[in-house]
Amino acid sequence: MDYFIHLGILFAIYVILGAGLNLLVGYTGLLSVTHAAFYGIGAYTTAILLTQTGFGFFSSVILGIFVTMITAFLVGIVLSKFKDDYYALASLGFNIIVFSAFLNWQDLTKGPLGIPGISRPELFGFSFSSNISYFVLAILFAGLIYFISKFIINSSFGRVLKAIREDEKAIQVFGYNTQFYKLAIFVISAGMASVAGSLFASYITFIDPSSFYIIESIFILTIIIIGGLANMRGVLLGALFLILLPEALRFVGFPSDIAAQMRQVVYGLILVLLMLYRPKGFLGEYDL
Amino acid sequence: MNSILKTKKIIKHFDGVKAVDGLSVEIEKGKITGLIGPNGSGKTTLMNLLTGMFPFDGGFVAVDGVSGIKKIRSYDIPAFGITRTFQDVRLFEQMTVLDNILVVLTERNIVSALFERHKKIHHEKAKEVLERVGLWEKKNELAINLSYGQRKLLEIARALAMNSEIYFFDEPFAGLFPEMVKLVSGIIKELRTHGKTVVLIEHDMGLIRELCDYVFVMESGKLLAEGEPEKVLKNKDVIEAYLGE
Ligand SMILES: Nc1ncnc2c1ncn2[C@@H]1O[C@H](COP(=O)(O)OP(=O)(O)O)[C@@H](O)[C@H]1O
Ligand SMILES: [Mg+2]
Repeated sequence: MDYFIHLGILFAIYVILGAGLNLLVGYTGLLSVTHAAFYGIGAYTTAILLTQTGFGFFSSVILGIFVTMITAFLVGIVLSKFKDDYYALASLGFNIIVFSAFLNWQDLTKGPLGIPGISRPELFGFSFSSNISYFVLAILFAGLIYFISKFIINSSFGRVLKAIREDEKAIQVFGYNTQFYKLAIFVISAGMASVAGSLFASYITFIDPSSFYIIESIFILTIIIIGGLANMRGVLLGALFLILLPEALRFVGFPSDIAAQMRQVVYGLILVLLMLYRPKGFLGEYDL
Repeated sequence: MNSILKTKKIIKHFDGVKAVDGLSVEIEKGKITGLIGPNGSGKTTLMNLLTGMFPFDGGFVAVDGVSGIKKIRSYDIPAFGITRTFQDVRLFEQMTVLDNILVVLTERNIVSALFERHKKIHHEKAKEVLERVGLWEKKNELAINLSYGQRKLLEIARALAMNSEIYFFDEPFAGLFPEMVKLVSGIIKELRTHGKTVVLIEHDMGLIRELCDYVFVMESGKLLAEGEPEKVLKNKDVIEAYLGE
């Protein structure tokens, strides 16, 4: 049972990551491969604040969002100079830079050793130390982020994002300075990833740089591509699918250490097959 | 003459191709002005320059009382009272017909847009322009699923939704069935009735005669002739330019 709760918490975290990235990739058509960087900045902010200062979890979430959004703002200005493939590559480059900062900025991040002993959240004397209580907390956060994403998509702003995806030059002629829109959604999406990072750090209570490398960005991309770009329910489906997949592999009889490696192979395979036969994913409205 | 839009020796070169080569034209307010010339003579490029699709290499533009403009940014175009359609129909393909219209009606300010859902007035305006082109029934279809003619009509509806002063239409009749041609020419005439200014790129000389008050003829990025359609279409150079095609 505890194991299902564990999976449920991971599910909530990946729904948050997927929702934010879908706003960017699915709705706006910006193929960003740097989501794990913002996820990591959120995680490290919470980890550092909880282990080295008197900050509580919830204020660390807020501060993490703040730090991540400022970083995303600066990065977004640079990225706005690129288009299409170049955008993807440049964003990937940023993920590499942030990863090496986690690895090498030892005073702050303890480098490859990582940061242990991150505490669980407390609220009005209640500690979310049991996994079931943490699950409830994570689901609440995921629900909130999901709701905010829906709110954005259904707004006039969200409709402009789709138009940017469809034909940026054309929508400009109708009076939209699209740079601002792209920057805004990049920053919002990064802020959401930061929340997932905070939740992850405080749940696992230990983080090191390896959780925030490019492969993680690609994993999050896979979630939204499998579920279907520009579809919010697709995020739920994609997250569920990719989290249950390793369990399914174990179930059909792979030993767990092989299952872990098989997982990556199967993810890769699924991506290739989807691109070949169903580029819209299961529920998607739009293919890359 | 009461001109609303002027270019002065405007230039655009693409790697040696002089697409628009020192062109000066003056568009009269409240009239339909034709822009004709053989393929590749620079008509579309002129519209692209005037709507900020790319920068021009030289010359000036004057519009709506502002003169000496050297640089036009596409998102400032509505502020100059200009809107347009594209020769190569540019819709928001994976959005519904209704959303294709609503997106040009709603809030431009980014923060307000975040907290706005389309309002009744937006919906009513969208209905009005979609009914005008006969696409209201298709409002929930994706634009990509429309026929070619319907797509052109949707682009025209989108331009109408802008309530602009100046309308650029780049070959709006090309590929349309006769009854659609009638519909579009009716819309263009109606715009003139309401005092709007129209610039029309068109190859069908019958339509040019029927609709235009004045015509500019381009060839190789330069002005070949200008004047009332009846006179211009009898001009030897113009006939030659077209026969030479
Ligand atoms: N974006 C572009 N890049 C390079 N060359 C272009 C571009 N747009 C137009 N041209 C060239 O400029 C010339 C004029 O094209 P265009 O304005 O489309 O002519 P028209 O609309 O009169 O048929 C052509 O030689 C065309 O190949
Ligand atoms: Mg043309």
